[in-house]
Amino acid sequence: MLAELGQFTLILAFLAAIIQALFPFVGLMQRDDGLRAIARSAALAQGALVVSAFACLMALHATSDFSVANVVENSHSAKPFVYKLSGVWGNHEGSMLLWVLILSLYGATAARFSRNRRSSLTSTALAVQGAVAAAFIAFILFTSNPFERIFPPPADGADLNPLLQDPGLAVHPPFLYLGYVGFSITFAYAIAGLIERRIDADWARTVRPWALAAWMFLTIGIALGSWWAYYELGWGGFWAWDPVENASFMPWLAGTAFLHSVRVVEKREALKVWTVLLAILAFSLSLIGTFLVRSGILTSVHAFAVDPARGVFILAILSAVIGGSFALFAVRGALLKSTSTFQPVSREGAILLNNVLLMTACGTVFIGTFYPLFVDIVSGERISVGPPFFNATFLPIIALLLFVLAPGAALAWKRGDLKRACAQFWTAAIAGCAFFAIAAWLTWPKPVAAAFGAGLAVWVFAATLADLSSRIKLGDGPLSAAYARLKALPPSYAGMIVAHIGLAIVALGVLGAGVWRTEAVQLMNTGDVIRVGAYDARLIDVADFAGPNFAAEHAVFRIEKNGAAIRELIAERRFYPVRGMQTTEAGIWTTLAGDVYLTLGERTAGAGWAVRAYYHPLVALLWFGAGVMAFGGILAGFDRLPTRRRVGAPQKAAVLGAAT
Amino acid sequence: MKRFFLLAPLALFIVLGGYFVAGLKRDPMRIPSVLIDRPLPAIELDAIEGFEKGFSSRDIEGEVALVNIFGSWCASCVIEHPMLMEIAASGEVVIVGIDWKDPKGAGALWLRKNGNPYHFVGDDAAGRTAIDLGVTGAPETFVVDANGRIRYKHVGPVTPEVWRYQLRPLVRQLKELEYDVEDDDVEG
Repeated sequence: MLAELGQFTLILAFLAAIIQALFPFVGLMQRDDGLRAIARSAALAQGALVVSAFACLMALHATSDFSVANVVENSHSAKPFVYKLSGVWGNHEGSMLLWVLILSLYGATAARFSRNRRSSLTSTALAVQGAVAAAFIAFILFTSNPFERIFPPPADGADLNPLLQDPGLAVHPPFLYLGYVGFSITFAYAIAGLIERRIDADWARTVRPWALAAWMFLTIGIALGSWWAYYELGWGGFWAWDPVENASFMPWLAGTAFLHSVRVVEKREALKVWTVLLAILAFSLSLIGTFLVRSGILTSVHAFAVDPARGVFILAILSAVIGGSFALFAVRGALLKSTSTFQPVSREGAILLNNVLLMTACGTVFIGTFYPLFVDIVSGERISVGPPFFNATFLPIIALLLFVLAPGAALAWKRGDLKRACAQFWTAAIAGCAFFAIAAWLTWPKPVAAAFGAGLAVWVFAATLADLSSRIKLGDGPLSAAYARLKALPPSYAGMIVAHIGLAIVALGVLGAGVWRTEAVQLMNTGDVIRVGAYDARLIDVADFAGPNFAAEHAVFRIEKNGAAIRELIAERRFYPVRGMQTTEAGIWTTLAGDVYLTLGERTAGAGWAVRAYYHPLVALLWFGAGVMAFGGILAGFDRLPTRRRVGAPQKAAVLGAAT
Repeated sequence: MKRFFLLAPLALFIVLGGYFVAGLKRDPMRIPSVLIDRPLPAIELDAIEGFEKGFSSRDIEGEVALVNIFGSWCASCVIEHPMLMEIAASGEVVIVGIDWKDPKGAGALWLRKNGNPYHFVGDDAAGRTAIDLGVTGAPETFVVDANGRIRYKHVGPVTPEVWRYQLRPLVRQLKELEYDVEDDDVEG
């Protein structure tokens, strides 16, 4: 019964989305504000309907209803309850419904809370949002229905892929989708702005909070994903430049560029064409990222089940959304005029440089991701592009970005003075150089480039703090006065400072885990010792252990330093019989200085267990820094906005208000 | 210049879209099996509980056969099972079942409930044979020719379409080859 209810509400949501997409356009053409206002109610209705459809699927999974194919294929009666719930989005159909759920929720939230929500701009944006939602709900209904029944129902299910039975992965997709899909609102407003020919400061103020929210969620989502890869996959890495990882990273890069350039539109009404393009690109890359891996066009370890009918459908939607918006951009972009000019050396110039660097970095990731596809089509050869390509192309661009970041952020709007802006950075430059020298000396013979990168990270960190301290005039007068100035800083500025500091912290963590790590492999019997960084790990005992839906080998290690025991560490190797899969649960001991990371491998009779031991210096900074960046995004969202200076049509707005 | 900048994204996307369309035609399931055109590894498997004989690779010498990896725990196996029953009833090809990682008795019970399409069933409780065959998951189906060489590997359930358009044409072709070989032998 629940399955049919879910299916039915989803069909109703499809109808609501169509109404939401069509009525505002008819209203726009006939100048009928009543018709336009329907967009808001339709968005709210669509939100409520998709929420109930999703709730039905949750309930089906929670109660292990094996008459539904989706539950059979991804659940098992012995699976822990939490993973029965997270299993809802651990598969293609369910994750599609989650994607649509978040899309609808964003639409409903925009209808209810967006600044300028009663304006025609918002109703047009909601129409765009409705069109996207209608396309994807249709995709679910016609090719990926999670409510399909199976007859006869089997006695038990196939279980969820054990790698996905993990708390990190239970929360990773929702955050990632909140990020991806969040860019749908900025996209919708960009298209609405092009249609209504209104890309101005007010437009920028309306869009910026949505972009910040999407960016913040995407930052957390990517960090959670890499954290999961780090502790669950058991190879000690946090990022593999896999197509799916790249797919989440490209919208992040484009979104980051957008966050910077939209500020120029807001402050100076310049860079409009470029900003609109970035808004379209950020969402297009989100779409390409989420869906290409499901169409069978790209193959990846993350790929869900593939079906050619889905591929065609997805490609049709992508062509309509991306191609359509680029066509609109080509036609209407010419009408966007900047109302101000700026010198190359200015905040605007610096932001443009930031954008060019970020988008070049994004381009290298794009080429690396799609190159195997191009080669396969042209020559039929199967190749894969690995980390060496990305390290050689992506990292130098990011290094340049880190180098110019702090001085750029300190320049004045319109016309800056580079000399004056840099005068405050002497200490930071010295700190960066000193750290470079120390790191190079400490880590020799590891690559000097990594030490240089660490020097850059310290430079960003110190220079950003220097910028902050000169802004609040620290040391000039009493501390309390500086503190008062600190509290009075505009949230957007504070957010920027925090996010830039977070970036510096992330960079240090990346270098620690990516370059400076040490690794050892050894066959061990109980009592044997393996060296991990400055510590020794002694294998105390290996015992068999039975979990709810798995059997495990449970190894106890004792971490020692100079013979003195510090703590115990557990590593496990689990076997999930239902899927016939093995997973490793690494033993990880996190300290600020670095992680001790142990994994238990196969047992060779007589010789012992193959144990891998890694020491990852500074790796905790990676996820801590990502959290700091996300917090910066939240801070920046609390900007007090000036009341609207210019309103497109105040009378219309009033009528709209009365009509809803 | 501005015109160019405005049109560039659309132009790039059209080119990219062309690649995507071409990419759709690729078979993502094309998992290259290193065993293709190699002899089937020597297999000696015991019978599952309640069955008289197990399976040995010598049992299918000189015959075209499907070797199907299944398990009572595998949901997609239920999906392909009616198709396998139909193939077995048609008598077109010998089907071998390898019961992968099943607890004792579970595979036999499952076959009793759903019907048994297999001429031979081997018990691979430890999963050794599946490793030798490079199996990535159940169900998987290998087509073996009369000379005991693996000619094709299908990943996922054998649906009516898969049987009709991929497996059956190959089986028929291999059977004709088999007759040719015998003819040659007679003549020689």
